[in-house]
Amino acid sequence: MQQKKMMLGNSFPEEVLEHVFSFIICDKDRNSISTVCKSWYEIERWSRKKVFVGNCYAVSPRMLIQRFPEVRSVELKGKPHFADFNLVPEGWGGYVAPWIAAMATAYPWLEEIRLKRMVVTDDSLELISRSFKNFKVLVLSSCEGFSTEGLAAIASNCRNLRELDLRESEVEELSGNWLSHFPDNYTSLVSLNIACLVSEVSFSALERLVGRCPNLRTLRLNRPVPLDRLANLLSRAPRLVELGTGAYTSDLRPDVFSNLSGAFSGCKELKGLSGFWDVAPGYLSAVYPICSRLTTLNLSYATLIPSSDLIKLVSQCQNLQKLWVLDYIEDMGLEALAASCKDLRELRVFPSDPYGVEPNVSLTEQGLVSVSEGCPKLQSVLYFCRQMTNDALRTIARNRPNMTRFRLCIIEPRKPDYLTLQPLDVGFGAIVEHCKDLRRLSLSGLLTDRVFDYIGSYAKKLEMLSVAFAGDSDLGLHHVLSGCENLRKLEIRDCPFSDKALLANAEKLETMRSLWMSSCSVSFGACKQLGQKMPRLNVEVIDERGPPDSRPESCPVEKLYIYRTVAGPRVDMPGFVWTMDGDSALSPDWSGSKVGKGIQRIKSSIATHFTLG
Amino acid sequence: MSVQLEHDYIGLSSEAASSMEGSERKTGGLNLNLKATELRLGLPGSESPERDNGVGVLKSLLVVSRAKRGFSDAIDGGSGKWGLSGNGGSDTELCKGGNLFSPRGVNGGGKGGGSECNNQNTGLGGPVLKDGVVPQSPKPLQEKKSQLSAPAAKAQVVGWPPIRSFRKNSMASHSPKSDDDAEGKSGSGCLYVKVSMDGAPYLRKVDLKTYGSYMDLSSALEKMFSCFTIGQCSSQGVPSRDGLNESRLMDLLHGSEYVLTYEDKDGDWMLVGDVPWEMFTESCKRLRIMKSSEAIGLAPRAMEKCKNRN
Repeated sequence: MQQKKMMLGNSFPEEVLEHVFSFIICDKDRNSISTVCKSWYEIERWSRKKVFVGNCYAVSPRMLIQRFPEVRSVELKGKPHFADFNLVPEGWGGYVAPWIAAMATAYPWLEEIRLKRMVVTDDSLELISRSFKNFKVLVLSSCEGFSTEGLAAIASNCRNLRELDLRESEVEELSGNWLSHFPDNYTSLVSLNIACLVSEVSFSALERLVGRCPNLRTLRLNRPVPLDRLANLLSRAPRLVELGTGAYTSDLRPDVFSNLSGAFSGCKELKGLSGFWDVAPGYLSAVYPICSRLTTLNLSYATLIPSSDLIKLVSQCQNLQKLWVLDYIEDMGLEALAASCKDLRELRVFPSDPYGVEPNVSLTEQGLVSVSEGCPKLQSVLYFCRQMTNDALRTIARNRPNMTRFRLCIIEPRKPDYLTLQPLDVGFGAIVEHCKDLRRLSLSGLLTDRVFDYIGSYAKKLEMLSVAFAGDSDLGLHHVLSGCENLRKLEIRDCPFSDKALLANAEKLETMRSLWMSSCSVSFGACKQLGQKMPRLNVEVIDERGPPDSRPESCPVEKLYIYRTVAGPRVDMPGFVWTMDGDSALSPDWSGSKVGKGIQRIKSSIATHFTLG
Repeated sequence: MSVQLEHDYIGLSSEAASSMEGSERKTGGLNLNLKATELRLGLPGSESPERDNGVGVLKSLLVVSRAKRGFSDAIDGGSGKWGLSGNGGSDTELCKGGNLFSPRGVNGGGKGGGSECNNQNTGLGGPVLKDGVVPQSPKPLQEKKSQLSAPAAKAQVVGWPPIRSFRKNSMASHSPKSDDDAEGKSGSGCLYVKVSMDGAPYLRKVDLKTYGSYMDLSSALEKMFSCFTIGQCSSQGVPSRDGLNESRLMDLLHGSEYVLTYEDKDGDWMLVGDVPWEMFTESCKRLRIMKSSEAIGLAPRAMEKCKNRN
């Protein structure tokens, strides 16, 4: 009896619990722990070191800091995913400045900042570089709003920096000299990704930097780094694990080739390759000696490599786990892939000519079917193609019930099964039925409400769904919102969904991170209703035609972004965004009275030409 | 209560019930009056008069608000409301008039007797009907395939196919090894340039490839930036919805308060409208809607450069 009593959780000293909790890193688990009881909540919050905020407007910096005072690593996401495809107008929001300002004082020991789709200014970068003495990791993924000046500040001041990753960000490149700002005694670089920079960086500074950082494991260069300097650079970084090359020249020079070949072989731990802009096929063979070690290969910018050379290459990469490639690989190349790369987990095939009317390559649904047959571990697919059939989808589904991420983009909107001319409902239905662990799905082709019925019925683990040019009626949306229990993110464009399904499933929206709907038929009136009914949702109407109340209530809004939040309506909205709050549409106030100083500075640094009105 | 679903494709009513058994379970007591919300798709010549596969294809893909009379004058004509140079011309046939803020249906019409606001995605159905519209009946309707041939130049939908800007820009600056179309448009995707306006608190971005002419560009810019100029109006009191906005904006434009300029590949700022449209799209790096007062120094240089070019 007595022993049983001692087993109760609250009789453990705090230190013991804290030690136990330190083994639990996953956010979801930590969130669960914190709900057990008050003391566990307290212990957990004081010991949490790493925080992920999936929507920067769901919570305020102050709230974060109040709850988690000892954080060392923060990850924030800003704009909705469809911002990647230019569907979110510039100026929408996602400003990181208030976060940096708050954390600068509250988290002096902050080590890591990871941002995605946020607007970052040079001021913020400078503040980061001066405020966090032990700062180690800066990842800016698809961010914008900063220049090489900000990077120079990071380079100058962050003595303990390990990782600087600018993946796919838009940087205003004022000078290539920012790299020289890393002091001569700075040697701790482990990972550098500057692939997104369009202009030249100072190559000598780069060489010296690489030469003095013995722990460098990831180096992703930008396009202007010339081929003939690459070998030299590689010789200074023999322990590299991941390399992104610069651009190649088209004329094959034997001396350059042999140097390069030797340099690749000299990097004994090299497992991942990317870059390859403009690689001429001849140079590709410099990679052959190390093919069997490669686990990651990104050839999706290699526009000059034809199918035959791709086949030769992938046939030698028996340990390949991740392949990103252009559709030049064609069905034949994918067959070769299926035959050789039995460890393949992820395949992405990008279109070489997305806007062409006629297909320029022989890549069809067959290629994907081959890979699904030959690669038993395939679980993540992104596939752009021009034709598909229900049969192919059914086959893929049956072959790969372990699929977790399936994104299919048939380039022409609303294209049916090209053999039967039927919608692709049953094909995608098979995917969700067989792939019981499917977490992410993107649809395309001709689809009716029926596909959503399948999704609502079967896709119980689905977390993210992307829909375009699909469906017939509100029933479609209703199926998804009422059926997909684990849905977190739903993004929809150009579908005939309107008020009814949305209003009928209003409570569901609070269980999700966000819902995006653009070019649909949701009326302004419904948006207002939703905003009134659900105070813990921000219902943002994005409309570039002017204030929504200047049009009839039944008029559909252009774009709608709904997300749950405990921080209330935001105050940094631009002139084309309104938050629905009961009867009125809250309009943004640019007179400056509501807007904090930090945001004023953002405005002035983005709008370099302007005088504020 | 069972849910009645009718999908009126091409005048046929399909066997709705059979393909929707599953859905009835779901909807249960939910009485969705779906007919009211249904999207009607139909081939040209059938019951959807608002569909027009002709001229409006490009415009139909943008949410269009018609340019006002005076403004269109400026674009087509000679006097530079936006600072466009060019010969004086007549009123454009595309000038439909009407309030800037009550968008018409995509082709200027509307459903008969319907509300002012059309279903926005009707226009998007246009270019892709060539494959035929397939209703839910299991019989393939090959005989109903469109008689039309595909549109010669495929108008681009914003953000489709879903490819990130970084990738688009990387590919755009390298011509793919496939052959170009006769029109020379394939593979060139998009061309995003930043647009700033003096006095506006943030930049915008436009894809020059989605416009076919200076007129298209100007009306899009006007729509995009008018919320700033209207913002200035409303600070002066409570405007009545239609009248004051319209006249106030006209004042701003007719007063030649702004000119449209661009920075070219050489880094020089030029007045928009000097050169043929294609040449402009190739050399334009960014746009700026400049206050006329600031543009005064601009003109002579622009003229000189023009002379040097010609």
